[in-house]
Amino acid sequence: MIGRIPEKVGGSGIFLLSISTIYVTLGIIDIQVVRNALWMLGGLILRISPVLALVFGIIFLTNLLFEAGGIVRMLGEGSGLRGWIFALLGGIISSGPIYMWYPLLGDLKEKGMRESLIAAFLYNRAIKIPLVPMMVHYFGWPFAVILSLYMVIFSVLNGLAVERLTEGRGR
Amino acid sequence: MENNTFLRNHSGEGQPLIRVAMKVVSPGALKQAFLKTARSFTRSLPILLGVFMLLSLAATLIPKGLYGRIFTGNQIFDPLIGALVGSVAGGNPVTSYIIGGELRLQGISMLAITAFILAWVTVGIIQLPAEALMLGRRFALVRNVVSFFSAVMIAILTVLALGWT
Repeated sequence: MIGRIPEKVGGSGIFLLSISTIYVTLGIIDIQVVRNALWMLGGLILRISPVLALVFGIIFLTNLLFEAGGIVRMLGEGSGLRGWIFALLGGIISSGPIYMWYPLLGDLKEKGMRESLIAAFLYNRAIKIPLVPMMVHYFGWPFAVILSLYMVIFSVLNGLAVERLTEGRGR
Repeated sequence: MENNTFLRNHSGEGQPLIRVAMKVVSPGALKQAFLKTARSFTRSLPILLGVFMLLSLAATLIPKGLYGRIFTGNQIFDPLIGALVGSVAGGNPVTSYIIGGELRLQGISMLAITAFILAWVTVGIIQLPAEALMLGRRFALVRNVVSFFSAVMIAILTVLALGWT
């Protein structure tokens, strides 16, 4: 019976269960830490909800408008320069934390998106145009410009390296 | 219309745009797309909630002042330490800039700070299980390792380009 639990809840359920166990254990040791963490968790969920809704909307539109063939053409093996531009710009303009985009990218991967483009998209998530003034405030314009340029260049190199290193391997 | 590339959409083998428009207004297609999205989201939500819980716990347990005490002043080890600490920590990029600014005031090298900021936003040890579950274990592992070394390399190149060594 117990042996069947992992089968029923799956990897995601086990992941959530493990973290809940950490919370419960910590709560027994020091309830104040867990209280502070839960308070922070509430704030985080509130801040992130709009991005979650945006990602839901994009996945919905992708499911409605594009079929697997279309995704492969735009972001698959033969997508070429257009695929890279989509991934680079998509990564830069997308908002919210990196992990909010995993469901969409997982969905697109199942439909045929190249792993190099997923990696490039995720790397470019680090370039946040609305946060550039903040970076300039702390480190100056030359730093912000040079760092951003290197990040775009390395996002492509990263994508190619990741694809090469994961080549021919499934999930 | 069939030969007009402008009117062709991206939904497969060159269907006319009108078919997409019909799909958008068809209740059946809308319902199907909504259910598919909801199913995909239901699968992802426990993972996302787990990441939120881990990040909240890390933010509660790791005091901000800890970062400054980790660096050694060594030009070779500090960028690696910066990238390592940035990989383990996580959260809003603004926080990494603020911590980076404070570290700079404490005299920590820009090499270490740049590696720290980059790893903070590109490498995610806390969210690694979530990335592995949704994008594949090998992909997540390789991407994070490659991003870690990229953070160190970009830090070196940026500092060299600015003559901040």
